[in-house]
Amino acid sequence: MTKPEPDWAALMVRVRDQRDRAAFSALFRHFAPRIKGFLIKGGADATTAEECAQDVMTTLWRKAEQFDPSRAAVSTWIFTIARNRRIDMLRRQRRPEPEDLPWGPEPEPDQAEALALQQDSALLGKAIASLPAPQRDLIEKAYFGDLSQSEIASLTGLPLGTIKSRLRLALDRLRHLMK
Amino acid sequence: MTIQHHLPDATLLAYATGTLPEAFNLIIATHVSLCDDCRATAESYDALGGAMIDQSAKSDMSDESLAHTLARLDTITRAAPPAPSAGAFPTPLQDYVGGDLDAVRWRPIGMGVKQAILKTSGAASARLLLIPAGGAMPDHSHDGTEMTLVLQGAFSDADGRFARGDIELADGDVSHTPVAEAGMDCICLIVTEAPLRFKGLIPRIAQKFARI
Repeated sequence: MTKPEPDWAALMVRVRDQRDRAAFSALFRHFAPRIKGFLIKGGADATTAEECAQDVMTTLWRKAEQFDPSRAAVSTWIFTIARNRRIDMLRRQRRPEPEDLPWGPEPEPDQAEALALQQDSALLGKAIASLPAPQRDLIEKAYFGDLSQSEIASLTGLPLGTIKSRLRLALDRLRHLMK
Repeated sequence: MTIQHHLPDATLLAYATGTLPEAFNLIIATHVSLCDDCRATAESYDALGGAMIDQSAKSDMSDESLAHTLARLDTITRAAPPAPSAGAFPTPLQDYVGGDLDAVRWRPIGMGVKQAILKTSGAASARLLLIPAGGAMPDHSHDGTEMTLVLQGAFSDADGRFARGDIELADGDVSHTPVAEAGMDCICLIVTEAPLRFKGLIPRIAQKFARI
């Protein structure tokens, strides 16, 4: 048996609601080296990647109020922050983001829905990990803007159906609450 | 309001990976603000990016990096979640206009048509276009891909009817003559790939692949 992964979403909720520094430190130890590794693979030098990873984790703290475990896994949320930081760094450009959807009248998103989204994200991670290395390399290249047309075409069949349906349901629920 | 005309998955993948010029990011973010189908698809690509980071090879941070970051947290003011827009323009567009519809600085370009260029950097340009109710969009040609998003009113062309939230993709060789519906002025956000500098990439990625 491998050691179960810590519940990153629960730690992030503690950062959000209690400004819990121990929870933040646990997230930092896990994610910062991976953000740095990801950026280096994308062509950044080690010093820049280290600074950028620190910035991303700082942004995580600053924007913690926006974390909604029924809408995103912590890794998803970190990816979007890292991507935007990378665009800012490489191209000195703003990154327009879609309008935020409010959580509705309840103070907390539905627990069951949050759990389902987190589980679906974990399953997506497992499915990606079990892909053959050449296909994983292609996905990685797509995220570094480094693919030809035929290579993008070969990215069909990614195991995204479940998470997409889950996200669609979460959006329907939010829209319903907003009415 | 049901949106009939969406973005291809490959375009949303390019948006999620962050490889497009700023003006295309703007029009896609504005469409996604109005279209939950495309939002779910874009967010699933974000989840894929998250999985890639989570499984990325680690590169050790320097010993003092955590202490440095913790020290920085003391100086940080938490950002309040942004409020959704109640106006005609979704928030990403309002950021570029400097307000809602009433803040647009229109310039007449003839036949009652007005336009306003939005400032973006990189290899594509963005503008708002107002076509009077019942009027035709002026003849225009473009070398690369053009995306047109309806914000108010509706227009029709050979590809169908486009109302608020609908987005149309046209390649350079497509000839289309949109006509605005009677009753309400049609306001669109239009992004055009600048010729030469970015030629080819958008048409390639905008091509429709089997749904992922």
